[in-house]
Amino acid sequence: MSTTTPEATRTPGTRPAPPRRRHRDDTRLALLFILPASVGLLVFLVWPLITGLYYSFTEYAILTPAQWVGLENYRTMLTDPVFWKSLRVTVLYVLINIGVQTVVALLIAVLMQRLTQSTWLRSIVLAPYLVSNVVAAIVFLWMLDSQLGIVNIALQAIGFDPVSFWASETWVIPTVALVNVWRHMGYTALLLFAGLQSIPEQLYEAARTEGAGEWQLFRRITLPLLRPILALVLIMSIIGSFQVFDTISVTTQGGPSDASKVLQMYIYENAFAQYQFGYASALSVALLVILVIITFAQYFLSRAGESDLD
Amino acid sequence: MTNHHPHHRQHSLSRRRLLGGAAALGAAAGTTALAGCGSSAAAGDGVELDYWLWDASQLPGYSEAIDLFMEQNPGIRVRITQMGWDDYWTKLTASFVAGAGPDVFTDHLGRYPEMLSLGVIVPLDDFAPIAEIPEDRFQPGLQDLWTGQDGKKYGLPKDYDTIAIMYDTTVLEEAGVTPEDLASLDWNPADGGSFEQMLLHLTVDTNGKRGDEDGFDAGSIATYGLGADAGIDYVGQSTWSPFAFSTGWAFTDKDTWGTRFRYDEPELQQTLDWYFGLVDKGILPPFGMFGDSSPAQTQLQSRKASLTLAGSWMIGTYANLEGLSLGIAPLPSGPIGHPMSMFNGLGDSISAQSEHPEEAARLVAFLGSDASQEIIGQRGVVFPATDAGTAAAIAAYEERGLDASPYTDRVENGETGLYPLVENAAQIQSIMQPALDDLWLRKTDASSLTAYNEKVNALFT
Repeated sequence: MSTTTPEATRTPGTRPAPPRRRHRDDTRLALLFILPASVGLLVFLVWPLITGLYYSFTEYAILTPAQWVGLENYRTMLTDPVFWKSLRVTVLYVLINIGVQTVVALLIAVLMQRLTQSTWLRSIVLAPYLVSNVVAAIVFLWMLDSQLGIVNIALQAIGFDPVSFWASETWVIPTVALVNVWRHMGYTALLLFAGLQSIPEQLYEAARTEGAGEWQLFRRITLPLLRPILALVLIMSIIGSFQVFDTISVTTQGGPSDASKVLQMYIYENAFAQYQFGYASALSVALLVILVIITFAQYFLSRAGESDLD
Repeated sequence: MTNHHPHHRQHSLSRRRLLGGAAALGAAAGTTALAGCGSSAAAGDGVELDYWLWDASQLPGYSEAIDLFMEQNPGIRVRITQMGWDDYWTKLTASFVAGAGPDVFTDHLGRYPEMLSLGVIVPLDDFAPIAEIPEDRFQPGLQDLWTGQDGKKYGLPKDYDTIAIMYDTTVLEEAGVTPEDLASLDWNPADGGSFEQMLLHLTVDTNGKRGDEDGFDAGSIATYGLGADAGIDYVGQSTWSPFAFSTGWAFTDKDTWGTRFRYDEPELQQTLDWYFGLVDKGILPPFGMFGDSSPAQTQLQSRKASLTLAGSWMIGTYANLEGLSLGIAPLPSGPIGHPMSMFNGLGDSISAQSEHPEEAARLVAFLGSDASQEIIGQRGVVFPATDAGTAAAIAAYEERGLDASPYTDRVENGETGLYPLVENAAQIQSIMQPALDDLWLRKTDASSLTAYNEKVNALFT
């Protein structure tokens, strides 16, 4: 009864010999770790991309089955004046938005590095980025209101005429672009600031002993050595900028007279107001192609993959 | 969209409204989340219906009416969800795609043709409770607006609206104008008639000069003669359409389901040139002068405008404006010899996805009954579609000292033009909005609409 089963008597000595030191294969573990992210990527990115491509060749009113129409949507697009106008409007927006944002962010980043060590000050720069896009848009919608807005009241107080920021064809895109500069400059500055931190201090010290001034330090050391980071930040922010939508949806919905109808707004309108999901998909594919071209061009032109620091 | 849908909703984006909207959104999110599991898991033989509407000011009335419905139909529970105009249609589309939409919902003439063609709403004719409703229960013409090209009903009328003029009685007194003066004006597209003279008199520049006085400066206005909401669209419901109708013009070749638009006709183009030409005379605010934050009623309240055109669904909002002693005047008489108003109305539609269409039909029939219509009417927010309901609404306005006859007279006298009930409304909106913006921006004159009209008509070929 009390005899022990062979299993129970197994002693540690019967364990297989310790494995020889061989190269451990982590593939299965790695796959396990990558799996959750891959599922997300497949479900929310790859699959929509494929279906989006497919729908761009169809007429699709979402509640009825899609019908294959070949290149029809793309032909329509090439002769659609609103598409071309929205493209011009989008490019104008990106130029103003990215132009101003990059200069301001670079300035802030350099100031953060050269003037203050205070974490508090550095983090406050990021504050606008913590505000949601929609909230920022609504706040500015009110501040820049032609009747009640504090900005126009201030303008009038110092003797200017009120400016109809949201309803003037001239002002509306610069206004939207600058609102988004305000929101994103801190974040961009932080990225650039991280890049600045990687530039060795000895370079500055050496230059200073040679008698270089602050401007020369910036032009001859900071800017060239920041190039890879700057290029990356530019690529990222231009992609984001081309996709501007929420600010315009909250404030102007593309008006006046389509002056702020950016590409994303036009896509949204076609899909969700007019149920032309096929055409909207074709417009989205066009945006994708434009972004791919711009990104690759930028990447190669700016040699973003190389550093001059070696 | 805050700009371009002045059909049946209020524009003001006050802080209170924003917070209210946020709360309503939160509530809506809550209810729709519940709806997903609720509608299929109704306990026992109890049936749960979802009813959606967008007008917050009608929510109390409908809550009361639907409470009565549930009392009369113990087996049916109705959940009401209200959300703002813009979210409403986006959510509705999404809910159709997800198969989690309402059973019954408030529908709009600008929207239901699309839903009809997508097959997401069902004809109501075959439901017994609706089939037995006599044709003459509703104001004449209303059911036509809800009848599809196949002759079937896709919505049951629940209310109607017309347009009239709102003013502040004290402002009028200061200008030496009597309500009778205002009620007897005529208008024509050539020189604006006595209506334009009145508008000029009621326009005041920053030096205090009136529009009909010497030395008046049209470039520096303190009070505009006529206010307007931030967006003027292809329907022009409470802006240019009453004037256009009063020339004998109509939107399309047919009363309903027209396929040829008439934006290319001289009567319309003259009317639009007159209307937007008021900007140059200092009578109408230029484009963008007042944004969504300052809709027409706010312009009237803050004395930035002396008169506004307003839909009957706005009576309650105007009457509640602080510091304003509201008066209502009829529209001016046009070239055809009398005033004209746009005639529009909301209806209730049943979703094709409803799991309980029979019960949904009972709810729709109830909402169109006198019992429900009187409850809605007593709130004094809209004119319900039945005589009894309209009478209750008129009484409710009278109690508040308001004579709503400038609104109801148009219907009684048959002086109305129908809201354009057509297919492709969203595309038409998209084509026409820049055209109308350009007119208001004073970039072009209305002859430019001829080209846009061709684009619109091309949608129907």
